[in-house]
Amino acid sequence: MTDVLDRQQTETHFATVGTRPIRPDGVDKVTGRAAFGADFVMPGMIWGRILRSPYAHARILGIDTRKALALPGVKAVVTGADFPDLASEIIEGGEAASNSRDMAVNVIARDKALYEGHAVAAVAAISPAIAEAALELIEVSYEPLAHVIDVEAAMAPDAPLLHSHIFTEGLEERPKLPSNIARKHQFVRGDVDAALAAAEVRVEGRYTTKAVHQGYIEPHACVASMSEDGQGHVWCSSQGHFMVRSYCAKVLGVEISNIKVTPAEIGGGFGGKTTIYLEPIALALSRIADAPVKLVMTRDEVFRATGPTSGGVIEVKLGAKKDGTITAAEVELKFQAGAFPGSPVGTACMTALACYDIPNFRIVGWDVVTNSPKTAAYRAPGAPISAFGVECALDELAQKLGMDPVDLRDKNGARDGVKAAYGPTFQNIAFLDTLARIRQHPNYHVPLKANQGRGVAAGFWFNVGGESTGAVRVSDDGTLTVATGNPDIGGSRAGMAMMAAEVFGVPVDNVRVTVPDTQSIGYSMLTGGSRTTFAVGMAVVRASEKVVADLKKRAAGIWQVAEDQVAWKNGEAICLDPAKADAKPLTLKGLAAQSGRTGGPIQAEVSLNAQGAGPGFAVHSCDVEVDPETGHVTVLRYTAAQDVGRAIHPSYVEGQLQGGAAQGVGWALNEEYIFDAEGRMENAGFLDYRVPVASDLPMIDTVLIETAPNPRHPFGAKGVGEAPIVPPLAAVANAVSAAIGVRMTDLPLSPPKIRAALDAKKA
Amino acid sequence: MKLHVSTTVNGDAAEFLTDPGTTLLDALRDELGLTGSKEGCGSGDCGACSVIVDGRLVCSCLMLAAEAEGKRIETIEGLARHGELHPIQQKFLEHAALQCGFCTPGLIVASKALLDANPDPTEEEARYWLAGNLCRCTGYDKVIRAVLDAAAELRQERRVA
Repeated sequence: MTDVLDRQQTETHFATVGTRPIRPDGVDKVTGRAAFGADFVMPGMIWGRILRSPYAHARILGIDTRKALALPGVKAVVTGADFPDLASEIIEGGEAASNSRDMAVNVIARDKALYEGHAVAAVAAISPAIAEAALELIEVSYEPLAHVIDVEAAMAPDAPLLHSHIFTEGLEERPKLPSNIARKHQFVRGDVDAALAAAEVRVEGRYTTKAVHQGYIEPHACVASMSEDGQGHVWCSSQGHFMVRSYCAKVLGVEISNIKVTPAEIGGGFGGKTTIYLEPIALALSRIADAPVKLVMTRDEVFRATGPTSGGVIEVKLGAKKDGTITAAEVELKFQAGAFPGSPVGTACMTALACYDIPNFRIVGWDVVTNSPKTAAYRAPGAPISAFGVECALDELAQKLGMDPVDLRDKNGARDGVKAAYGPTFQNIAFLDTLARIRQHPNYHVPLKANQGRGVAAGFWFNVGGESTGAVRVSDDGTLTVATGNPDIGGSRAGMAMMAAEVFGVPVDNVRVTVPDTQSIGYSMLTGGSRTTFAVGMAVVRASEKVVADLKKRAAGIWQVAEDQVAWKNGEAICLDPAKADAKPLTLKGLAAQSGRTGGPIQAEVSLNAQGAGPGFAVHSCDVEVDPETGHVTVLRYTAAQDVGRAIHPSYVEGQLQGGAAQGVGWALNEEYIFDAEGRMENAGFLDYRVPVASDLPMIDTVLIETAPNPRHPFGAKGVGEAPIVPPLAAVANAVSAAIGVRMTDLPLSPPKIRAALDAKKA
Repeated sequence: MKLHVSTTVNGDAAEFLTDPGTTLLDALRDELGLTGSKEGCGSGDCGACSVIVDGRLVCSCLMLAAEAEGKRIETIEGLARHGELHPIQQKFLEHAALQCGFCTPGLIVASKALLDANPDPTEEEARYWLAGNLCRCTGYDKVIRAVLDAAAELRQERRVA
């Protein structure tokens, strides 16, 4: 691969990159103007509702919709029978592949309901109240079946079986009987058994996490219209409108070109909006009702039917020399996939040891189906779970060795030239700098008092590139419009505007950014994998460069000089030809005004498949205080350092670090799916599923490490969104363990668990 | 049977017909077209629907539309005046206190209610006041900084006036 960090090598100072302008979509978002998924209305629109299974596992014997259809005002009812049965086929997504058959059955159940909340039927009516009333009139005949949600119980040979077609993949021999174990993943290097046996110091631990939800504040919502000629139009919030288009076409069995998707503003996703739930149902209802249909989930539906990420079991063995050199690591991961295969256990395996250079290891992962909602991507999918086990085990090893936990990580840390456990050889990484900056930070040296503890943990995420499109257009007045195919989930429009402004040498205020529909811009993979600023940014930069080249050519024509006698600087074409010493610079504005005479409208659209996303390394330190009476944990200080390549807009990079840390703190301390004996979720609301609130957190200090810019990006950017959620689970748990003097291994570290640990310690 | 409601929204008289069970949030969004107030939970847990009713901060998803009769309602749409953002809105932009922006209207309305009642809150007071407004993107750091900075600016404005 050729390095493309041309600007970084030739320029040491940027006019716009690295500054903190106000984001271009900001005013709409602070005034309530920005239109999210549920804010869109269409003339003649009607309202849909979805009927969901009350059982965690049940055979659907029959669905009688006649009474619902007879209710005045009801315009359409659909069930699984209204959708085609699809063959098993893998569709590549942003960072996780999906199986089209499973996706279709997850959208609406066929012969079995596989989790409480699984959609079984849907109605559309002239008012939300009539749609709600019609749900009650749909008669579903269920045969309840035994269910299983615990991952290890689901792996047992006599466990209730979700699917008769799953025969564990990844084994040496195909098993004779079906099971809930969809796949075994394995990564091996060296001889781990011998290395563990020979190790001077060993630690061993078993850690568990519960299923947690992405917890975006905006529930899923869409409006869909299917006209009589088979052309469908969807307005919805998602992490990728091209993804919505292709998935809807697949589930409905129609041509992709018959579906157009217009993106709404997206109110958070964190991976949870990288798939579809409502959109094909709304299209199917619209097709029958001859009217646009709006579907909006309640928060209860969001919890019961979307997301979450896996609960898991992580078993870790580490072997080391007395000087702290780690010689062996064995990691086994068991992940709940939810109702269909595809937990993030594969990426959890690949990231588990990625921060370290360990000669002997065996990493095994099990993907296990359970009667719970199908897991969806959640910010660095899988990585926080495996890191929780590995980073807690490292903490214990540091204690055993009498070493500072940062020093232990530094001694074994990945650096340039180290071959990662998952394959590639690292280049241009700054993990050791990131560790050093945590060690140097004042927060790491604040003396601790009684009942207080400090925890450190590291985390890794690959970051991805992929297919991306960016377009740049020059308006008559010399201002710029940048268009991309990627929904802006956290401020990426600011980054796009800044990168274009930098290339043109114009103020960022002269650039407007838009995210048009699927028919108005080239294809882009979804917003995920921390890829947008890197990959889509690269497309925008290349399109900007093409336009600048065109502008230079036009200036050369005006001046009647050779093209190489024109330079572009600070938004102007400059004539270098000594024979034309009196030629005044031609501004972007001036060239735009003459575009009609110099070749017509000025624009360029660039599509590319970006390669070489630089990986992200994060190191967090956390100080907590535990109330021994109540078991309540207060986070006193939190520091997040990360190798970011180069921050395009530092405020929004800091925001990613702070937001990821906060989600991780919630995962560590409060959040969990709680199921009753029948497999029904008991806490499907924000009162009982407790995400961190403002009074739960301190300021979150950030350190952006820019010592290793990514040579594959024009300005050196690496993805930043996901790595920050990887360390917090272990950083918090290590801090709590230090505060109470007991190794805490089971998340969340809720007050009853801490009280129990303190009581056991006393006894 | 619909109820007729006469109320005041952002200083203007507003009238609408509503079912007895309709929430104020649904009436604002569906009857009056004011979609700046968001529904994140429908149960008063997330604060995305925050509005100010007769000077008091409420979750509009927990109030019936019929209860708006004769009341004075302030929503996010009423904060910017005469082409100028409210200082809280401006500080949210300057501090990058939003990412997806979905919780932002509720946070800004709740912050306004805070600063109306307490012009000089401590960080802790701001954190507890805003504990009813969930934000999943920012970790609240920049939100709290924006609110405290806006408070300082508003105090300065008052001194000048």
